[in-house]
Amino acid sequence: MIGTIHNRDKFLNQIASRLNRPRISAPIERPEWKFQPQYDVYKDATQDELLEILTEHCKKIHTKILTTDLQGLAAVVHDVVADYGGGPVVTWKDERFAQWGLDSLIKQQWPSENIDVFEWDYTLGDENIHKAEKANVGITISEITLAESGTVVLFSDKDKGRTVSFLPATSIMLIPKSTLVPRMTQAAVKMREIYQKTGHVASCINFITGPSNSADIELNLVVGVHGPIKATYIVINDL
Amino acid sequence: MSMKIGTEQFKERVDSGIHDDFMRGAVAGAQDGMSLKRKAVTTDEMSNWEDWRNHGEEIRQHVLEYLDYYLEQLSENVAKRGGHVFFAQTKEEANEYIRSVVQKKNAKKIVKSKSMVTEEISLNAMLQEEGCEVVETDLGEYILQLDDHDPPSHIVVPALHKNKEQIREVFEKKLAYTKTSKPEELAYQARVTLREKFLEADLGITGCNFAVAETGSFSLVTNEGNADLVTALPKTQITVMGMERIVPTFEEMEILVSLLTRNAVGQKLTSYITVLTGPREELDVDGPEEFHLVIVDNGRSTILGGEFQSVLQCIRCGACINVCPVYRHIGGHSYGSIYPGPIGAVLTPLLGGYDEYKELPYASTLCGACTEVCPVKIPLHNLLHKHREVIVEKEGKAPVSEKLLMKAFGLGAASPTLYKIGSKIAPAALNPFTSGDKISKGPGPLKAWTDIRDFPAPNKERFRDWFKHREKGDKRP
Repeated sequence: MIGTIHNRDKFLNQIASRLNRPRISAPIERPEWKFQPQYDVYKDATQDELLEILTEHCKKIHTKILTTDLQGLAAVVHDVVADYGGGPVVTWKDERFAQWGLDSLIKQQWPSENIDVFEWDYTLGDENIHKAEKANVGITISEITLAESGTVVLFSDKDKGRTVSFLPATSIMLIPKSTLVPRMTQAAVKMREIYQKTGHVASCINFITGPSNSADIELNLVVGVHGPIKATYIVINDL
Repeated sequence: MSMKIGTEQFKERVDSGIHDDFMRGAVAGAQDGMSLKRKAVTTDEMSNWEDWRNHGEEIRQHVLEYLDYYLEQLSENVAKRGGHVFFAQTKEEANEYIRSVVQKKNAKKIVKSKSMVTEEISLNAMLQEEGCEVVETDLGEYILQLDDHDPPSHIVVPALHKNKEQIREVFEKKLAYTKTSKPEELAYQARVTLREKFLEADLGITGCNFAVAETGSFSLVTNEGNADLVTALPKTQITVMGMERIVPTFEEMEILVSLLTRNAVGQKLTSYITVLTGPREELDVDGPEEFHLVIVDNGRSTILGGEFQSVLQCIRCGACINVCPVYRHIGGHSYGSIYPGPIGAVLTPLLGGYDEYKELPYASTLCGACTEVCPVKIPLHNLLHKHREVIVEKEGKAPVSEKLLMKAFGLGAASPTLYKIGSKIAPAALNPFTSGDKISKGPGPLKAWTDIRDFPAPNKERFRDWFKHREKGDKRP
C-alpha cells in the first residue's frame, strides 16, 4: 500500500523561495565529501584485534562478553541462562540456532529442566509479545558488530520480532566473530548496499550497546530502565 | 508546554535561578562531568577530531542548501513503504493533522518518547484537550510530567534541576511510592509503571533525530530504550520531525549519530539507536500497523537563506549548554524556553520573536566556548552577536543598560581572537561599574550575576582565563 502525502508543494516551495532559487526536484549527485575521518578508525585491524577492542569496550557498557567455538556454544548459552535465573526464554525463529548446534539445548535440555522456551512464531500474532513480556531471557543474533562502541546490530523481520531484545528482563546476543567491523561506518555502508541491491530495508534496525540505562536522576547511572537490565554477548568463533 | 516556559520576566527568572543552590550545584557538577566525558571521546581520543567536525558541518550545510530536494525524496520513500506524510507549515497545522489521526483511531492512551519539536508545538496540550492520557516515557521527562509539568532545564537531561529527594517526594505523591530516594529504586518504579503504559497504549509518538532521505527511514537515539517500546507496541505511530533533521543516506546518518552521542553524553554510541522504515511489514508481529510522519516548519523556513541559517545545522547535542558559563550560573529555566543555553539564546528569538525573547542574546559573555565545541561548527557566539546588532540597529529594542553592555562586550567579540582584543577595549565602557579588579555592579544581565558574585574586570584577567582558573579550583561555586 502506498501512503499519502499532504501539503507538500506549498511547504517545499516556501523553502525554495527562502533559498532564493527555483525548487529542486530532479535527483542531485551525492557530494564528494571533503572530510572522511571515519574510515581511519581501526583501519586494517584484524578480526582478532577487533575482538580485543570489543572485549575491552564491554567493560564500559556493563556487558559481559564470552567467547566460544561452535562446540562449546550450547554449554555457554546454557550457563548464562542459568546464571540469569533460568527461563522463560524467548528466541527468534532462526535456522542459525540449529546450524550452530543449539537444537538439543532448546528442544530437549531446557524442557527437561523445566525451562520454558518460546520460539517467535508470527502466525500466533500478539501471543509473541505476551511471551516476550513474560520472558526472563531473550536471545538474538547480531548481523553486524561494531568493535569501537561494543554494539550489536539486529535486523527485524517476521521471524525476528523487535521485542525479543527489549521486553525480557535480560538479553543474550550471539555474535559470529565474522560480523565484527571497526565501527558504525561499515554498518551504514552495508545497510546502503543491501538497500541498493534489494530495494528493501528492514522495518526496524537496532543498534544495541549493552543493557538499557539512564542518568536522568542526579546524573547517577542506573542500568536497566525500560529494556533489559543485564546483557551478555557471546562471540562465536565462526572463522 | 510550548516553547515558552514560565510566565516570569527574564530578570525574575534569572533571579530565582541564581538563588537556587541545589540547581546551581547540580548544573555546575553536570557541566563539569559532561564536559569531561565529551572531551574523553572527542578531542582526547581522536587526533583528527577537527575533521569529524568539518565533516559534520559539510553534511549539515549541504542538506540545508538542498532541503526541498531531500524532503521530497524522504516523503516519496516514506509513502512507498506505506507511511503517510504530512507537511505542517505551522504548529496549528501539525496539531490539527495529529488530532485527526487521534480521532480516526479513537486513540485514548498515548506513550511518547522525548521530542523537543513536540514541546515546541504544544502537542501534549492538544492531546489532553482531546481527552487522551499522554505519558512521557523518557525517565527525566516522566519525572517532570508527574510533577505537574515542571519545565525541562536541559535538552539532554531535562530533570537536571531536581534532586533525588524531590523526585522521591513526587513519586510518593503521585505513584504511592514507598521506597527510598536511591536512583535505582526510583528508576525501577518508573520501569514497572511505564511498562504497563507501553503495553496498553494505542498510539506512540516520537520525535526524530535524523531522517534518511534515500530510504525513507528515520533514527531515534536513546539510552533507556523507551523509544523502542513506543515504536514496537502501539498499533499506530506518529513521528514528528523538525524539517531540517534530515540526511541524504545511512552513511551521513552514521556520522551525525556519532557526533550526537559523543557530544551529548560522552558515549561512542548510546545504548539504543533505532532505525525505522515505514510501518511494520506484512507478516511482522510488532511495530505499528500505521505510520504517520509529520514534518514541521514552524518558523524554520524564515531562518533559511538569511544570516542565521547555520543555526539550522544544530543536531541538539547540548554540548554548547554544557560549556556555557552563563547557563552554569542561571540554569535552564532562566531562558524561558525549552531551548536553553547558547543554542537556545540563538534559536528561541528566531522561532519565538524578539518581542518575547530579546534578552536572550544578552545571556552570554560572547566568550566563544560554545562555538569551539559545536560538533557541526555553528558559529554560535557570532550569531548571538548578530542578534544584538539586529535588536539594536533594526528593531531598536535594546534597553539602555543592554546597549551599554553591547558596547562593552559586543564591540570586538565576534570571535575568540577579537574577544581578546575586545576585552582590552572593554574597560572604558565598564569603568563606571568597576571597583578594583572586579565588576560588582554589572549592567543588564550582568547585574543578576554581580548581585551574588563579582565579575572579573576585563583588563586584569580575561574572562575565559578566569573561568579556566575557577574551573580548576572550586568545582562547585
